Amino acid sequence: MSLFDKWLNRDKNKGQEESIPEESQLEEFVHDKTEEDIGFSEESYEIKESVEEEENPPEEEGQEESVKEKKAFFSKLVKGLAKTRNNIMDGIDNVLKSFNKIDEELYEELEETLIMADIGVNASIKIMNGLREKVKERKINEPAALKQLLIEEITEILSKGNRDLNIQEGPAVILVIGVNGVGKTTTIGKLAHLIKKENKKVLLAAADTFRAAAIEQLEIWGNRTGVDVIRHQENSDPGAVVFDAIQAAKARKIDVLICDTAGRLHNKKNLMEELRKIFKIINKEYPEARKEVLLVLDATTGQNALQQVKLFKEVTDISGIILTKLDGTAKGGIIIAINSEMDIPIKYIGVGEGIEDLRPFNPKEFAEALFTDEE
Amino acid sequence: MAFESLSDKLQEVFKKLKGKGRLTEKDVNEALREVKLALLEADVNFKVVKSFINKIKERAVGHDVLESLTPGQQVIKIVNEELTELMGSTQSKLTFSNTPPTIYLMVGLQGSGKTTTSGKLAAQIKKMGKKPLLVACDVYRPAAIKQLQVVGSKVGVPVFSMGDATNPVDIAKAAVSYAKNNNHDLVIIDTAGRLHIDEELMNELYEIKEVTKPQEILLVVDAMTGQDAVNVAESFNEKLGIDGVILTKLDGDTRGGAALSVRAVTQKPIKYVGMGEKLEDLQPFHPDRMASRILGMGDVLSLIEKAQENFDQKKAQELEKKIRKMEFNFEDFLEQMQQVKKMGPLNQLIGMIPGMNMQKLGNVEISDKEIAHIEAIIQSMTLEERRNPEIINPSRKRRIAAGSGRDIQEVNRLIKQFEQMKKMMKQLSGMTKGKKGKFKLPFM
Repeated sequence: MSLFDKWLNRDKNKGQEESIPEESQLEEFVHDKTEEDIGFSEESYEIKESVEEEENPPEEEGQEESVKEKKAFFSKLVKGLAKTRNNIMDGIDNVLKSFNKIDEELYEELEETLIMADIGVNASIKIMNGLREKVKERKINEPAALKQLLIEEITEILSKGNRDLNIQEGPAVILVIGVNGVGKTTTIGKLAHLIKKENKKVLLAAADTFRAAAIEQLEIWGNRTGVDVIRHQENSDPGAVVFDAIQAAKARKIDVLICDTAGRLHNKKNLMEELRKIFKIINKEYPEARKEVLLVLDATTGQNALQQVKLFKEVTDISGIILTKLDGTAKGGIIIAINSEMDIPIKYIGVGEGIEDLRPFNPKEFAEALFTDEE
Repeated sequence: MAFESLSDKLQEVFKKLKGKGRLTEKDVNEALREVKLALLEADVNFKVVKSFINKIKERAVGHDVLESLTPGQQVIKIVNEELTELMGSTQSKLTFSNTPPTIYLMVGLQGSGKTTTSGKLAAQIKKMGKKPLLVACDVYRPAAIKQLQVVGSKVGVPVFSMGDATNPVDIAKAAVSYAKNNNHDLVIIDTAGRLHIDEELMNELYEIKEVTKPQEILLVVDAMTGQDAVNVAESFNEKLGIDGVILTKLDGDTRGGAALSVRAVTQKPIKYVGMGEKLEDLQPFHPDRMASRILGMGDVLSLIEKAQENFDQKKAQELEKKIRKMEFNFEDFLEQMQQVKKMGPLNQLIGMIPGMNMQKLGNVEISDKEIAHIEAIIQSMTLEERRNPEIINPSRKRRIAAGSGRDIQEVNRLIKQFEQMKKMMKQLSGMTKGKKGKFKLPFM
């Protein structure tokens, strides 16, 4: 009981520091804030007016000079991973510092840090075993050296398959799937923007006919990106929407057709069968097109994401994963668990709600970001 | 990791303890390691798990091992009790303000299900005879207002909105005076999803709180959330002082450890759980049941409750006898299926059974449509065939297939599955005899 209380109190104090910003607070806090917080509030919500416009121009205000855009994009990437970094890292660096030699206790502490990042028990044990082997092989005694080894280990796990979108020399179809609320529609908006920038003709299919106003949401993204949307009425058959979209894509000589689908929990049999049918329609009606089936995962999701991947894989050929909401404090470690069991490449990560906030996934960068010191 | 496996593991650990009257610290540690893994697999936050395990240890060490229970069960019992206590021992209801309108403020991360939940909540409150008003304060996400309007019209509750060009704080303020003038006694304010580390948007919520003085601030949390649930809940609670939590998407197969994490760091009750896509699918939260679910024990209590509501006690007893004696036939099967159907959609029920989940069931088909097919096949059998499935020969099978409009393979499969099920039931009913001391299901 006492321990529990202690922990609660400790965390309460910590929470205060983090969430109640006061100018009078310690320098330390102000420092932290400039590093992780400032970027976020503005960059994630470009739709509204930003206070520090000079630093972060809202993207919607037309296509600005590419230099400026590039800079904003880059700073976003850095900031996007900064807090991920800060969070895990605190743990890892403190742990490593407090040990003089590599022993079981240290391994155990490291394992805990991994579990805290949603990497999961099994994958964490696997990583730790790999780490132990490497330590033995290379005769390493310094705790500090473990960090690089961990990065290596995790990078290895995450370097699976081809991370490029299979859409070159189209036509191509991208089917976007996932459970409710992971950010499928938003991701499609960003993806359409990204592909359009490569001078490809993009078309969107509003096959989420279930959720209220999902079609309107996709249409707004269509307007933002200047991409047409094929739509039917709410509650109509999503298969029919996809069918029509394919015919339209053929007629209009579209390079990339992106299909939105309704969020569905993977344990709902009927909804999964519906998805299987949509997938079949694409294969049948558009055999010449290259296919991408992208599963969108929310970085805040815990171990259930494994289950999601497994069951979605039963009804479609998932070709890649997009990990969204990495701009929060969640670490998204679940992708490591997924990749330690299955060879599905992570293709993109989402780091905000703005149109530019989708970036290619880089395993080394991701692993490093998990454990690198913030200068 | 289902209850069976946790239970089995604990049995394993305690096997060598047979004859011991007390649990030593080492015994308990070994057992608690299994509990710890189960909790971590369920996404309970690591720190919460750690302190929780320490608490259990205090209670379990030196504890008398009850005669009637195996030590493994003793530990599970303690764990379950402590979990339930931590979760809040009683069910917590929504409160209403003495001076209407009562205002509920819905907050949470993006995609947690605020808008859908607002609609569900409005529908429930309307059923209580109140006159709710939904307020669209999500001016950021494209089409969010439209979404609330659609949801509102589905449940027949008006939606107050001022477009997406007005400041949410002003919208909230205007909504409250609109409610007062139009005799709405309850206002549900739907807000935009936001990150807990987003200062600006968190301040906006704080301002909405200041101008509307809500009766309840409800944090909407996705049941699938992982370790980060503590950070989210803590930040929202520190900034706004939440009054309760609504856990969504619990109709998935997640074990929902986030519930425990959120509860542990905020000490605020979970008031409702979202259990499905339909607008009626919002249910009161039962702490004890959630505890079982997190441990992987299944929501046995809900199942029992549903069973009691719908089961004919006498028939159930007869059935139990038959299963024990292996006399269970297609007639009983049909009857049982019809009883089960009364309890609700099958996939919901399966999830409540300990140790059962979609993954485990594998190929066993369980959608309601397939149940209808099975019914058709059984109904195409003669009474004699139902009572003595052994007599069903190929010619009879062909007739049954033709009569039910299904193909012969399907008839074959059903008969085969039926035999398997008979065996499985025999085993299950053996369990309830207390040989291994496993769970007793109400209808077995």
